[in-house]
Amino acid sequence: MGALLGVLPFLAYTTIFLLVPTLIVVIGACLDGNNRLTLGNLSALAQPQIASAFMHSVVLSAVTALLGAVFGALLAYAVSTAREGGPLRRMITSLCGVLAQFGGVTLAFAFIATVGFQGFLTLWLQKIGIDLAGSTWLFEPDKGLILVYTYFQIPLMLIVFLPAVEGLRPQWREAAESLGGSTWHYWRHVAGPILAPSFIGAMLLLFTNAFSAYATAAALISQGSPIIPLQIGGTLSSEVILGQENIGKAMALGMVAIVAVVMTLYAVLERRTTRWLGR
Amino acid sequence: MKLHAARRRKQTIFRRVVVGLLGLFFALPLLGMVEFTTRAPGGGRTLATWATLFDVNVIDADYPELKTGVLASAGLVVLTVTIMLVMLVPTMTWVRLRLPGLRRTVEFVCLLPLTIPAIVLVVGLAPVYAWVAYFLGESSLWLAFAYVVLVLPYAYRALDAGLSAIDVKTLAEAARSLGAGWPTVMWQIILPNVRTAVLSASFLSVALVLGEFTIANLFSRDNLQVAINQLNKRDASLATAAALAALVLAFIVLFAMSFVGAGRRSHPPEEN
Repeated sequence: MGALLGVLPFLAYTTIFLLVPTLIVVIGACLDGNNRLTLGNLSALAQPQIASAFMHSVVLSAVTALLGAVFGALLAYAVSTAREGGPLRRMITSLCGVLAQFGGVTLAFAFIATVGFQGFLTLWLQKIGIDLAGSTWLFEPDKGLILVYTYFQIPLMLIVFLPAVEGLRPQWREAAESLGGSTWHYWRHVAGPILAPSFIGAMLLLFTNAFSAYATAAALISQGSPIIPLQIGGTLSSEVILGQENIGKAMALGMVAIVAVVMTLYAVLERRTTRWLGR
Repeated sequence: MKLHAARRRKQTIFRRVVVGLLGLFFALPLLGMVEFTTRAPGGGRTLATWATLFDVNVIDADYPELKTGVLASAGLVVLTVTIMLVMLVPTMTWVRLRLPGLRRTVEFVCLLPLTIPAIVLVVGLAPVYAWVAYFLGESSLWLAFAYVVLVLPYAYRALDAGLSAIDVKTLAEAARSLGAGWPTVMWQIILPNVRTAVLSASFLSVALVLGEFTIANLFSRDNLQVAINQLNKRDASLATAAALAALVLAFIVLFAMSFVGAGRRSHPPEEN
């Protein structure tokens, strides 16, 4: 009994700042303006505006997860061929650590300064006849946001996938070669199958990363709320109609549900991965 | 042998092409920021924006929001790291020593924020923060309570790796049998043995807190990123310069951290 006292502060803290907020979202999503049980908030998710925001978010996250995973995996393999502890490796992993974490406002500014209306690339391209400033492509979820999100997805992929690539033992390749296997055979029958669960797992992680991101889009987009985190933000920051505030909670619950499904898949894959790449 | 040399050459070419092309993609937006912040009004280059950014007196007088944001973020970094360490290190040690049955629960709670996006946490935290404001006032510093939750998964993993690498039980029992009290065990036995893990948990927290925007913005509190975002409406060039400076600072912190991690790895417990 006395031993339990030792974890009491931790449990109290996480209850107040983690479990209670989670319950507020879950319960609030099922209550109406008079605190009566209702499914009205959840069915409000079918409103065209909200449904399309969910749709945009899922597509944006899936596309950038795929792009980030492919390019990030290439980069991870390229880096893994460099000397361990060498300057290139250290530079790239630290740089990726920052770029993966530091999305948000900085990233939005960087892209505005580069391909925004007055961006230097925009001005250059104008000289050779390509007009980027003619439309609002940078602020649309199916064009500019994909580009911007990929910028923080690739570094995250490097960070989560590099350990898996490093787990490939040179002996496996030598074994494949001594049995007469070509490079293609090695990748198709040895490295590919071993890396596949990590690759898919990392891609799922990238999906939730993009799906949860709020800051980048908030700093970039000033008109409208094309993706679901911005929709939720809108229900918090503006004066909403009475009884509507719980729709924000329903949207939040919807996000948690999607992330939970993806993270469960991730956990299953993770268990498979550690079987081979036990470190 | 010849095969190896040929493969190594191919790998080198592959590495240069991939790192070169992706490097360009990553460099362009950063270059864009440098270019944008050095534009002179009539064309040409000037460092005036950067001179302003590093001139404490000018910032103090003309851009008070930036000063407030920097100070708030500095305070948040200290408070977040302190709460995180004071809460997690003793709890995790205690659970290993006395309550191994609770280890799964603690792990589950610590990793839970990974499935709860910050924007969702904001929705649920709004009523909680109404109480925080009622009891403690409106200060931006109290955002640290939420930030501890955000860093929980990363800090947990770093500290868990550190505690797994040492024999907590034997160390603690040895100290106890020599008459040490629990505070001494924590402070003089456990902490020095997991200092690398403590450092990496702290560095991760610093990077996360310096970049945090979502919660501060939606609760209308001040921090560095919120200040930079507000400043952008008034002086885009200075805001971009401040954002780039913060990015460089975070890079330096993480680069330093990569050396700390390397120091630990050079003495691996088991290597085959």
